[in-house]
Amino acid sequence: MPDGLAIDVRGMTKRFGDRVAVDHVDLQVRTGEICGFLGPNGSGKTTFIRMLCGLLRADAGSGTCLGYDVITQSEAIKRQVGYMTQRFSFYEDLSIHENLDFVARMYSMANRREAVRDTLERLGLSERRNQLAGELSGGWKQRLALAACMIHDPKLLLLDEPTAGVDPKARREFWEEIHQLAGQGLTFLITTHYMDEAERCHRLAFIASGKLLTFGTVSDVVRQSHLTTWSVSGPDLHTLAEHLRGRPGIQQAVSFGSMLHVSGDNAAALEQAIAPFRNEQYDWRQVEPGLEDVFIHLMGTSRDGAPA
Amino acid sequence: MRTHQPFSLARCWAMVVKEFVQMRRDRVTFGMMIGIPMIQLILFGFAINSDPKHLPAAVVLADHGSLGRTVLYGIQNSGYFNLVRLVKTESEGHDVLARGEAQFVINIPEDFSRDLLRGDRPSVLLEADATDPAATSNAIGSLRTVLTSALQHDLKGPLSFLAATNEPIDLRIHALYNPEAITQYNIVPGLMGVVLTMTMVMITGLAITRERERGTMENLLSMPTRPLEVLIGKIIPYIFVGYVQVALILAAAYFLFDVPMVGNLGLLLVVALVFIAANLAMGITFSTVAKNQLQAMQMSFFFFLPSLLLSGFMFPFRGMPEWAQALGEVFPLTHFLRIVRGILLKGNGLNDVALQLWQIALFTAVALTIGVKRYRQTLD
Ligand SMILES: Nc1ncnc2c1ncn2[C@@H]1O[C@H](COP(=O)(O)OP(=O)(O)OP(=O)(O)O)[C@@H](O)[C@H]1O
Ligand SMILES: [Mg+2]
Repeated sequence: MPDGLAIDVRGMTKRFGDRVAVDHVDLQVRTGEICGFLGPNGSGKTTFIRMLCGLLRADAGSGTCLGYDVITQSEAIKRQVGYMTQRFSFYEDLSIHENLDFVARMYSMANRREAVRDTLERLGLSERRNQLAGELSGGWKQRLALAACMIHDPKLLLLDEPTAGVDPKARREFWEEIHQLAGQGLTFLITTHYMDEAERCHRLAFIASGKLLTFGTVSDVVRQSHLTTWSVSGPDLHTLAEHLRGRPGIQQAVSFGSMLHVSGDNAAALEQAIAPFRNEQYDWRQVEPGLEDVFIHLMGTSRDGAPA
Repeated sequence: MRTHQPFSLARCWAMVVKEFVQMRRDRVTFGMMIGIPMIQLILFGFAINSDPKHLPAAVVLADHGSLGRTVLYGIQNSGYFNLVRLVKTESEGHDVLARGEAQFVINIPEDFSRDLLRGDRPSVLLEADATDPAATSNAIGSLRTVLTSALQHDLKGPLSFLAATNEPIDLRIHALYNPEAITQYNIVPGLMGVVLTMTMVMITGLAITRERERGTMENLLSMPTRPLEVLIGKIIPYIFVGYVQVALILAAAYFLFDVPMVGNLGLLLVVALVFIAANLAMGITFSTVAKNQLQAMQMSFFFFLPSLLLSGFMFPFRGMPEWAQALGEVFPLTHFLRIVRGILLKGNGLNDVALQLWQIALFTAVALTIGVKRYRQTLD
């Protein structure tokens, strides 16, 4: 692959009628990298991923995916990409085994039987291989879909909320496997709404209202946000939060267990705003902003900037 | 890098396997595919009998010779006529007709036997109550043959010259009907085409829209498939279903309805393949155009209706106005009906049906081409 970039696209744009779902998004993802793709509901994540694998025609934009032209060579891209759809899209009236077998046939795999068997074993579904996919629980459906989109040894995986509804243990196993595969040179673009998962990514892209707002490592993203965060503990934080919200300089006051995180992008203004509440009742401490603080902040700014 | 194959048999086969499994699981649809031909067979085959027999007939027998009686025996034995009364005069016969006590009056004139033996071609007059032409037309149509064969035994030896002349009797019929009236055994073979049109178009009409509605299309499209692989892969399993229907109807035609099978059944099965493919291709094309399953069903229906009405199944083809005939020529059913009747009833061979077959094949090719063109490889 040229320049070691698995995904290298510029100006990707998609309109549905008057509505711009994805607005001139540039994205570069290095081979072997896990890129987290974050953004609020309806921000255009799914739409962007669909354009990458040729499921939607881009209205503008150019670039390559695994070295193939993203506009003209989607056939070639499809053969080496594993795309896991957000909504379960395997056949509910086929059994687990039949679904996997269908996918393996579609990719004309030489060692089809072994591949299907191995996948079943890795999933721990060998015994339930003849169960209809539609009868699986939500989390198991996710796991089946994930296994199915990896069956043909793709080089790039586009996973649209792969862990939605998956239990914590399975999620941990999933992320361990992802890191192991990335170590072997696979590239991942993963959308998620979980902040703990976002922190496990090599790089993060944050998109809101179709626009890419920030891109970089976790610490890059935190730094670029210019956010200052204070953590406060004490009695009746709920009332305190009510008092704090809406004061100039304070952009958010969010509860984290027994603490309240108060953030703003102007450190001086923030300090001034909280000054009246810094008494012996409360324990104030300046902390490193968490990803969630940053994202909620980004969501807030994008909403302010958004036309509709 | 592998060059991309334009058509992969393996991927097409993957579709076929998948569709077969889904079809097997979808008991309701599968049951419908078998149930529809059965219901139609029962409705059209038994309930709507367009080939009624044993129609009551009155006779005016003025002849004193023996041949007049021979003729009457022949008429009675044909099965179409049931000679219920002997009346004295023609006007008495008319009364019987008017009252509906008989549907026909057969007049055998005075000196019928004598004139026949002299070679004077005596006339026999058949008067028919034509209020329901469909009911009587078959009986009328059969009468000429019935008369000739009835006399075969008697016109032997020195009289054989009479049998050799085209028509020893001058048959006159009052109340004529449409020249290509629904003929004997028309319905059941035709039903094969009707059932196939209805079910095949409908079932594949749902094929692509169902994938869209269930969301599985997104997955299918994300795999390296080509339109033709998907479309053909979805068609093939239903060819099998089509043959089950053909077998069912042929068996019913043979065992229940005694439809003669003069021609080559093997040829019929080959022709059926082309016809089944034509309907499946039409359905799959609807499926690529329709937005959802409901639309696909509606399109299938709007295809089925004119097929049924204009193909010559419901109404005699030649009896339709010219524009309707021209339109009818487009539908595969029109050609298939001619072929089935040709093979089963007339014993047609490949040469006789080639022209019709070619037109069905052309239809298939056009439909499939539109389908491939309309098949969207993207979700927008
Ligand atoms: N087929 C479509 N037709 C019209 N509008 C669409 C279509 N698909 C998506 N949109 C719109 O495009 C925008 C982006 O949708 P998209 O599904 O990409 O969001 P998302 O980031 O994946 O959201 P979520 O986190 O809820 O999955 C939304 O406003 C949505 O309504
Ligand atoms: Mg989405």
